[in-house]
Amino acid sequence: MTATTVSPLPQPPAEPAAPAPAGSASAVPGPLRFLGRALRTLWSNSKARIGLVVLGLNVAVAVLAPVLAPHPPTSTSFEPYHNPSGTNWFGTTGNGQDVFSQLVYGARVSLLVGLAAGAVATVVAVTIGLISGYRPGVLDEVLSFVTNLALVIPGLPLMIILAAYLPSRSVWTIVAVVAFTSWATGARVIRSQASTLRSREFVTSAVFSGERLARVVFREILPNMTSLVAGSFFAAATAAVMAEASLEFLGLGDPNTVSWGTILYYAQQQNSLLTGQWVLVFAPGLAIALLAVSFTLINFGVDALSNPRLREK
Amino acid sequence: MRYLLRKVVMFVSTLWAAVTLNFLLPRLMPGSPVDAALARLAQSGQPVTNAQRRAVEIQLGIPHTGLATQYVEYWKSILALRFGSSYSFPSETVAQTIGKALPWTLVLVGVTTVFAFVLGTLLGAYAGWRRATVADSSVTLGATLFAAFPPFWLGMLALYLLAFKYGWFPIKGGYTAGATPNLSPAFLGDAAGHSVLPALTLVITALSGWVFGMRNNMINTLGEDYVTFAEANGLRVRTVALLYAARNALLPNVTAFGLSLGAVVGGSVLVEGVFSYPGLGNLLYIAVSNHDFPLMQALFLVITVSMLVTIFAVDLLYVRLDPRVRR
Repeated sequence: MTATTVSPLPQPPAEPAAPAPAGSASAVPGPLRFLGRALRTLWSNSKARIGLVVLGLNVAVAVLAPVLAPHPPTSTSFEPYHNPSGTNWFGTTGNGQDVFSQLVYGARVSLLVGLAAGAVATVVAVTIGLISGYRPGVLDEVLSFVTNLALVIPGLPLMIILAAYLPSRSVWTIVAVVAFTSWATGARVIRSQASTLRSREFVTSAVFSGERLARVVFREILPNMTSLVAGSFFAAATAAVMAEASLEFLGLGDPNTVSWGTILYYAQQQNSLLTGQWVLVFAPGLAIALLAVSFTLINFGVDALSNPRLREK
Repeated sequence: MRYLLRKVVMFVSTLWAAVTLNFLLPRLMPGSPVDAALARLAQSGQPVTNAQRRAVEIQLGIPHTGLATQYVEYWKSILALRFGSSYSFPSETVAQTIGKALPWTLVLVGVTTVFAFVLGTLLGAYAGWRRATVADSSVTLGATLFAAFPPFWLGMLALYLLAFKYGWFPIKGGYTAGATPNLSPAFLGDAAGHSVLPALTLVITALSGWVFGMRNNMINTLGEDYVTFAEANGLRVRTVALLYAARNALLPNVTAFGLSLGAVVGGSVLVEGVFSYPGLGNLLYIAVSNHDFPLMQALFLVITVSMLVTIFAVDLLYVRLDPRVRR
């Protein structure tokens, strides 16, 4: 058998030629070194590079919000319905808040919801997908059924119903609702990959050498689908950013949070478009789009890693 | 035959699970419509007594029987299309409200879904065929951008520019206010004019999924040996692209098309909401804004069931398209 059986997924063309010097390799902990290598591989893809830069900018804005925002985001001390001016660069809301400051602070919520919901959805997807793919039988049948059910129930209506019934309105409610409704695609992809890996020689040999189930699944099988896991994370994160905006736009979020979705919600409630305050609608939508584009572009890079045919020449 | 049997079993069991989920959701949630109504009552300064709670429960049709009895009753009322009474449209039954909105959504979202599928698949096939060219990059870039904008936001912008600012299209609704829906040419023309902006928004946002899916399938198929063989045989370029590669690349997209056809009935909640289009999506939007739980519940059921039925139909159709599953 050739070496290809050992790494069924085309491995990223990592480690440009020389492996890291032994000294530095032992100094950096394993997970960090792995992350660094993954980032370097992504960086080599031009689309993913743009995505990483845009995402980095977003993170910077979110972290530096108190420095960047000229006014406190919830202060209602300005004249309402004001068009852009020197003091209020993007104008003011109907409640007399500074739109630009709200926009800057809004990056925090969108980023948090995107990353948190993406992470939770991915953990659920990986757990269910791995168990279901590695252990055929009754458990697999049940889990596959649940996954299929979650796949075919229309996502946005389910999210709306869930959010409407939940009594508490907070960012975390939205994270939970979005995570609950968007794990299924990832789980299905990971399940099918796990079930093809199950019968490979390197897994069989690990089982015969007496390794525990958890070790076989997490140390032998999981590393072979890093790109799938990363792919479902970024897909879920993109969906989460969109879903958060949609739910908040519907008034199903916490109306006191400052986020891009709530800016749009108030803009719609106060008919900003029909009073000519188009910036109030234009700016938050553009911000959402930028964040979503960055996730999508990074995912292109991840796709190209897992499927060499999609790689740029 | 075994494929068919499996699909039937799958369909019946998912249908049962979805309907049961719809029954359980409001009952498992920590808050209840009653609590929400009482909370609003308490906010207005009235003391909440047990008698009041009882009154609200009766008003909302909350039964005082065991879960099993409720479940039987629930199935009975669903099969009879009794969904309780909505607070938003008190003068008619929920079934009537939904029945009135259904044709609007079916036409608008149905037409745009098919249109977006055909256009997106063609663009995707072209981009995949001419991969790594300027044509490919511009199609891919455009699709990436449009996929990233929230659909309702694109709708709002279209509304602002084309309807409010330039006045080319009506601002809201599915027809001129005051008109009675009928099938006369005048009314149909009016309705068509009202649906241009929502349709445009829906097509633009739905396009990118098809473009990406088809492009990736196309690139995968083009790497297959039989395509190389066809090229080596000296077949015309267009023949290879359309009859050899695109035909097979289309298969995975057919299943996805089934999913999106199933989603037609659900409409596009936010886009319909932004345009106040008289369809099911807007109805859900209204139900959410009014905390109208009976209407919400019925809509969710209708949306889910039509999704499942469509997927089942597409599965049956798939047997005709892909002989591999016929075994």
